[in-house]
Amino acid sequence: MLSKRLIACLDVRDGNLAKSVRFVDTKDIGDPVAKAREYYRDGLDELVFYDITASSEKRRIILDVVEAVAEQVFIPLSVGGGVRSVADATDLRLAGAEKINVNTAAVERPALIAECAEAIGSQNIVLSMDIRKVGVSPDFPSGYEIVVRGGRSPTGVDALAWTREGERLGAGELVVNSIDADGTRDGYELHLTRAISEAVRIPVIASGGAGVPDHLYDVLTEGKADAALVASMVHYGDYTVSGLKRHLDARGVKMRMSW
Amino acid sequence: MDNLAVTLATAYHRAAMTSARTVIVDYDAGNLRSVQRACAEVGTAADITSDPASVRRADRVIFPGVGAAGSAMRSLRARGLDRALLDVMRDGTPVLGICLGLQISLDRSEENDQQTLGLIAGDVRRFALADPALKVPHMGWNAVRIVRAHPLLAHVEPGDEFYFVHAYYPVPSDEGAVRAVADYEGQFCCALGVGNYFATQFHPEKSGRVGLRLIENFVLWDGNDA
Repeated sequence: MLSKRLIACLDVRDGNLAKSVRFVDTKDIGDPVAKAREYYRDGLDELVFYDITASSEKRRIILDVVEAVAEQVFIPLSVGGGVRSVADATDLRLAGAEKINVNTAAVERPALIAECAEAIGSQNIVLSMDIRKVGVSPDFPSGYEIVVRGGRSPTGVDALAWTREGERLGAGELVVNSIDADGTRDGYELHLTRAISEAVRIPVIASGGAGVPDHLYDVLTEGKADAALVASMVHYGDYTVSGLKRHLDARGVKMRMSW
Repeated sequence: MDNLAVTLATAYHRAAMTSARTVIVDYDAGNLRSVQRACAEVGTAADITSDPASVRRADRVIFPGVGAAGSAMRSLRARGLDRALLDVMRDGTPVLGICLGLQISLDRSEENDQQTLGLIAGDVRRFALADPALKVPHMGWNAVRIVRAHPLLAHVEPGDEFYFVHAYYPVPSDEGAVRAVADYEGQFCCALGVGNYFATQFHPEKSGRVGLRLIENFVLWDGNDA
């Protein structure tokens, strides 16, 4: 059977590693290429780069980062942030990205998902969703809303409706990122992750809120996620990739344990 | 021979093997640079080529690919690469198929109901899973179990996992061709080897150290499957 995946997310701003707290206060914490290599050697299953570069002139930098990492890291690489067209996706693929994440631009123009799926294969398109809790209402039957632009702009779109639409348009995988949990270290949004996992037949990656190893256990079991994404837990040295995997393995979660 | 002589002979053999011309067959079926980078990591400069003459001249051929069987076959035929691959198979050139490259090496695929190359007897079927919780494509890391030893899998230990992304799997006619299996609601063939041909359903170029080692084994392989 498939193992559950441990994925590390590196937010890259102007070529440096950054980590946000609730998507607002970002600070630089080091060299993304060195971190990528360190995690790969320590048994990471997959790597995600999120380009949060503000200015378009500096967007070339992410391609250089991806290229440098692809030369030394031989696991799937996923890249997102600012992908607005098939051309953006293709550039990142040529630089060495396996999977392409789309987010804001897909909400603004859903056909982007289908176009990218057609161009680079459904299995390589990841629909990344930033989601906040708004409470159940006629507009939001799931009680959750999709937000965009790094969590700053509400869209009026129901999260579960968008999830199903994304799958229908050809997304091969979903990232469920809870804006409320992001950076808190209080744990993933289990209810949301589970609701989305049960609504689709494509893999779901849980994101936002991990603080202790049992949070990963909870979201991979109760939350029914296929993969758990971590960032600050490993970036600051509080935990290691291999340590997290050993913890999950010891608790009975099927993980890849030799590398 | 004493130890030094053995070391020197091994180094010489290795240098001779890794200086051999390795090509990666390009037929518009996905990004081949990750395979090229993995070759570089194990010390082999591999050329990406869509030229049939260049494939015929090669000492070693890697036949990767992702995408659909129908468009892949059209693209191979349009470039004359289908015949070049049949020729290198017959010449005994070591060939490594990966993912779609493996699938279209068989006779027929359920995908697009497509007649394929027929380098190896057998067909390709889509996962038909009873458990609704199991997703198709089969994507992620899964353990690979050897059922019949092969030089390219010599390093693989029980429990070693490789990275997969696929909705179809190979069913070779000759069960003896099956070298390794993986489990996804039942076992399926994930590595097959016949003579100078070896292929994996998983992606060695994305499978960390165990995957790189398989590629290294390939670039040092003499094409003998015993």
